[in-house]
Amino acid sequence: MTAQGIKGKDVASGNFDQNLSGRYNLDKLFATAAWAATIVSVLILAWLLFTILIDGLGTINPNFFTAFPSRKPENAGIKPALFGTLWLMMVVAATSFPIGVGAAIYLEEFATDNWFTRMVEINIGNLAGVPSIIYGLLGLAVFKRIMEPITGGNSVLSGGLTLSLLILPVIIVATREALRAVPNSMRLAGFALGANKWQVVWSHVLPSAMPGVLTGVILALSRAIGETAPLIAIGAVAFIRSTPSSLQSPFTAMPIQIYNWVGRPQAEFHSIAASGIIVLMVMLLLMNAVAIYFRNRFQQTR
Amino acid sequence: MTAELPLNDIAPGTWRPNRSRSQTIQLIVKIICGAFAAISILTTIGIIGTLIFEALSFFGDLPGELSKDGQDVSYIQGVIHFLTAGRWTPLFASKQFGIFVLISATLMITFISILVALPLGLLAAICLSEYASPKLRRILKPVLEILAGVPTVVYGYFALLTVTPFLQLFLPPVEGFNALSAGIVLGIMITPMIASLSEDAIYSVPQSLRDGSYALGSTKRETVWSVVLPAALSGIVSSLILAMSRAIGETMIVTLAAGANPTLGFNPFVPVMTMTAYIVQVTKGDAPHGTIAYETLYAVGMVLFLITLALNIFSFWFVRRFRQKYD
Repeated sequence: MTAQGIKGKDVASGNFDQNLSGRYNLDKLFATAAWAATIVSVLILAWLLFTILIDGLGTINPNFFTAFPSRKPENAGIKPALFGTLWLMMVVAATSFPIGVGAAIYLEEFATDNWFTRMVEINIGNLAGVPSIIYGLLGLAVFKRIMEPITGGNSVLSGGLTLSLLILPVIIVATREALRAVPNSMRLAGFALGANKWQVVWSHVLPSAMPGVLTGVILALSRAIGETAPLIAIGAVAFIRSTPSSLQSPFTAMPIQIYNWVGRPQAEFHSIAASGIIVLMVMLLLMNAVAIYFRNRFQQTR
Repeated sequence: MTAELPLNDIAPGTWRPNRSRSQTIQLIVKIICGAFAAISILTTIGIIGTLIFEALSFFGDLPGELSKDGQDVSYIQGVIHFLTAGRWTPLFASKQFGIFVLISATLMITFISILVALPLGLLAAICLSEYASPKLRRILKPVLEILAGVPTVVYGYFALLTVTPFLQLFLPPVEGFNALSAGIVLGIMITPMIASLSEDAIYSVPQSLRDGSYALGSTKRETVWSVVLPAALSGIVSSLILAMSRAIGETMIVTLAAGANPTLGFNPFVPVMTMTAYIVQVTKGDAPHGTIAYETLYAVGMVLFLITLALNIFSFWFVRRFRQKYD
């Protein structure tokens, strides 16, 4: 941590050259590089969004939302993918919300410092870093093959459960942070009135942590909605001519459909892929907006 | 949040709350929540278990697949073949299983992505924390987080249909599928992650350190370079390693833009096949359970899992070892 450009020998002999103008020039160069990097990053993002809007806006029409995939790009639509994604999100929300919040309540409110708690915490840390395609391989072996009588093989249920496992660590971490932000005086007040731990958590801590929890859950769901690799790994296919009718139906999802269209050689399919991306991104932005709304309301009331 | 005490209809002294029932409910809830927490352990066991189980049966079947030419192959030779062979052709008639072909492609693309993301991300983090006004910081931070949440299939579209044609304008040897464009876009994808996490680390360096450096006569760049960055080093390195591990496990960009041609070598202009792209290629066409193709999935998955796990553990260790604590 020595200041650069100062040499002890020069200082001792009285010839210390501050070289201020040179150092200020270096400063300017560095500041320019930092600003340039930020601007370049933002410009690349703008370029990405711009290309997709240019390619995709032209082919968005009512037919695009109500039609099934087709070999002719002008007739192709995203109806099964849209419904598949909605079904998937219902399964993911219904399983990961209670499990993630329950696990976080256990870790934050009930757990004592024992081997089980430490084990769970290490596992959550590691699971957050596992590539999503590995979850796909787990889903392929466990949900699609071993549990086939329950899940129906390549089905909405298999896909949803795989994605649930993928986002559980995210939900647990976010919920724990929200629970930790609840002031301890609130718990103590509950105990002073004679409530036991669960009654305090259920009637005081959880309601006041809820906006934070919901923010975390929605952000986690918005991650699940764009995941492609695990769904391909468990065998979701793009060419399906029906919407799911039960949890055991075969399905396709928005990212799978987009992947399939991007991979085709004809340029017409690329532009409907861009249209699909626009629809997906609008869904994501809406979810993010809801999450930000919850976060702001949360911050105002405290 | 109202207290549910029946104040009006109970005479003083006769209210008897059912404590034992409350305690029973609490015990049941505690057990259920504990079971939910245990799911994370079960997931880890499930991942490691399936990977090891199928990878072991792969190595069990490997000698049989390799000895079709006539001579016998031992298990040890099978493992050596897996690690050193120069070709990866498990779906062809003459099967070769040289995992290093896939690893080399993954490494090359990850290297290109870090080359793009490290300077961009780190400089953007410095800019946001040290140079930008608080107002701009408040705007750009959420933008970074949204950028980090863009689905990877979107980046794949961008790499294949925008960046590759753009590169071909300047570099004619670039082919339709290539490692260069996949690596660049992968770098763009992990830049927000590096920027956001490094910015947290740089921003949390106490102001007193900067003031001390200014008091000694340093300029702003000297302060950032020789005081702030060393103080935030553990956070910066861990963000870099996490981003690297993300890049290695990333699937859609490389599947769409880098192609599906397992070649050994480090030429970024030609199609290559990464570990993740191989998994997608096999699972897309149905690979029945019990075939060697199905088992290679888990052998490749095992290698991928071990690499990312090693990186994550190294990152945790590095943060614990080098973190500076300021009160």
